[in-house]
Order: sequence, then C-alpha cells, then structure tokens
Amino acid sequence: MPHIKLPPGLQGIRGPMAFRPETAKPLNELAEILLHAPNALAPGERELIATYVSYLNDCYFCQTVHGAIAAAHLDNDEDLVRRVKADFRHADISAKLKALLVIAGKVQRGGKHVTAGDVDEARKAGATDIEIHDTVLIAAAFCMYNRYVDGLATWQPQDENLYRERGKKTAKEGYVTMSREYLPQPELETQGA
Amino acid sequence: MPHIDLPQGLPGITSGFAFRPETAKPMRELAHILLHEPNSLTPGERELIATYVSSRNDCYFCQTSHGAAAASHLGDASVVKQVKTDFTQAPISEKLKRLLVIAGKVQQGGKHVTTEDVEAARQQGATDREIHDTVLIAAAFSMYNRYVDGLATWQPQEESMYAQMGEQLASKGYRTPSIQPSAAN
Repeated sequence: MPHIKLPPGLQGIRGPMAFRPETAKPLNELAEILLHAPNALAPGERELIATYVSYLNDCYFCQTVHGAIAAAHLDNDEDLVRRVKADFRHADISAKLKALLVIAGKVQRGGKHVTAGDVDEARKAGATDIEIHDTVLIAAAFCMYNRYVDGLATWQPQDENLYRERGKKTAKEGYVTMSREYLPQPELETQGA
Repeated sequence: MPHIDLPQGLPGITSGFAFRPETAKPMRELAHILLHEPNSLTPGERELIATYVSSRNDCYFCQTSHGAAAASHLGDASVVKQVKTDFTQAPISEKLKRLLVIAGKVQQGGKHVTTEDVEAARQQGATDREIHDTVLIAAAFSMYNRYVDGLATWQPQEESMYAQMGEQLASKGYRTPSIQPSAAN
C-alpha cells in the first residue's frame, strides 16, 4: 500500500504525478527531452540507459516500463533489453553504448565514481560531449524517478502485458502527451482572450 | 577539470545548465516549485532537507549553496551545520526531524522508507503533501548531486560566493540563473 493517499488505479509514477500535477509537469518535460526528443543517441539507446539504471536501483515499475519502451523502439527485441540488464558487455549493442552504460552505472552509485578514464573510453568509442552529458543526466534523473516511485511505495502491478502496451504507446507519443491520460487538464485557453 | 567541455567560469550545476539549456529549464522549474513556491513547509525547512541530502551525497557545491539558501531563509547558519552533523540535536521541529529521517532513507534508496517512518512523521503533524514533497526533494537532490559530481563540475571553495548565491536563491528562487556568466568571471 502506498505510504500516502494517492489517486487509486494509477500505476507507479502516475499515482504521485496525479497527486501533485505541479511537479509532474517539469518531471515529464525532463523525461521528454532526455528520452524522446531528437538526439544523437537513438531513443532506444537512451531508454536502455534508463532501464539499466532503474534495474540497478531495483525499481520494478521503472525498469519494466522503460524496458518496454526500449523494446518498442528496438523492433520489439525484448531479449536485447533483458541482456542489457543482465550483462550489457556481452549484449548486441555498440561499443559506444557499452562505454556510456559504464558511465551510467557509475553515476547510479554516485557522481564521484565517474572517472576521467571512463569518459575517455566513451570518447574513444565515438561519444560526443553532449552524449556524455545526457548519459550522466539520464542516469542521475532515474536515480530521482526510481526513488520517487519506490519512496512512496506506489502500486506496481506485475502485469507484463500492461507495460508492453504502454511501452509501445509511449515510444510513439512521448511523455508529455502520455501524461494527459492521468493529469488533470487545464481548460483550453484561447490565444489573446 | 570537468569531464566535458563546459562553459568556463560557471560553478557547479550552473555550468551544466548553460551547456544544455533544454534540460536546465525543467530542472530549474522543479527546484523552484519544490523549494521556493508557497508550501506548508517553509522555504528554510525545504532547503534544510535539500542540504541534508546533498551532504549525505557528499556534493560540495549543492550542500554549500543550498546550505547558504537555508541560512538566508532562517537567518541562522549554525542550525544548517547542526542539521548536517546531527539533526536529532538541532533546534528544529519534531516534524522536520521525522521528515529528515524519511529524506535520509530516500537518499539510500526508495525502498528504505518504511510505513513506520511515515507514521512517525504523521504523528508529528506531517501531511500527505509534506511527506510527498520530502520524498521528491530527497529524490530530486539524488539527481542534482549526481549531475554536478558526475560531470566533475568546477566547485570553487569560496564562502562569499556561496553566501551571495544563497541570498539570491532565497529571494529570487530557481527559475533564473543565480550567477550570470559575466559576473562569474
């Protein structure tokens, strides 16, 4: 049972987001920019970083929903998502993404764990400054989202199909559009009225 | 030296914000709502939560700048130090002590928060909204701290700079930069 009285019937982060729409807005906007907006890293790669960090933080809801979004971006390759979580060094992903996942794993433990050597390895594999920046921030942001979801003991049903369907939809629509499903919508304002 | 080529002369998170204004916008907005906008927890109390979590994450820039913002709100720098070293003995309300216990658990990981922790906060008068905001402030600083240290940002050890930043954050909030690139050089 959640630690506070959250709106019923909303899974994972949706409960506290609907409870506090003011903070939900920037939280969704940040996810939208980091994971969905055009970027040198493909959306599937960025979702794999989010999934891996959520897995390290043992957040069931986040690793499952972002794993499903990653799979939706990656030709429904759910097996690849599983392999990245279990042992990304042997997964069928680029050397660059592997080096970025090393950085993400260090950030998950704490920012100071990232070394100049880790960053150098990523650069040698072709990572740019903005890709390294975004990797650090995705990993940092999921240390927030994961703690938000588990720190309030949100409802996280174990229903793979629910996450699979939501993953497909979120991969297509993005986070801000999807948030309209559970956030109260402000009255439409007419320009200049 | 920072891990990537960040704009020079900007301390801590302000360099990451200047490097990537797109992500800076929602990150500033989130801090502004959580720490600065009207709330049943005072801005000083919320800054103490942010400072405490940043101290536990060993983030020099965040604990010093938010500590300065807390001191500015509270008109007292010694309580900030006490909260960091042993909040159970600090001159703060029992409610805030219970919320700091929850924040400390969130810093370790969300699952560390127990029903008993939440119940104890409630017994001291904490509302659901205050418990929610405490969890989210602690979670958000688990992000900000990792962002600042994960990029190895420049964090000058210069008390007067932080004192000035703290005054600015306490009076203006987080929507606009507390340090202008020109002023920082």
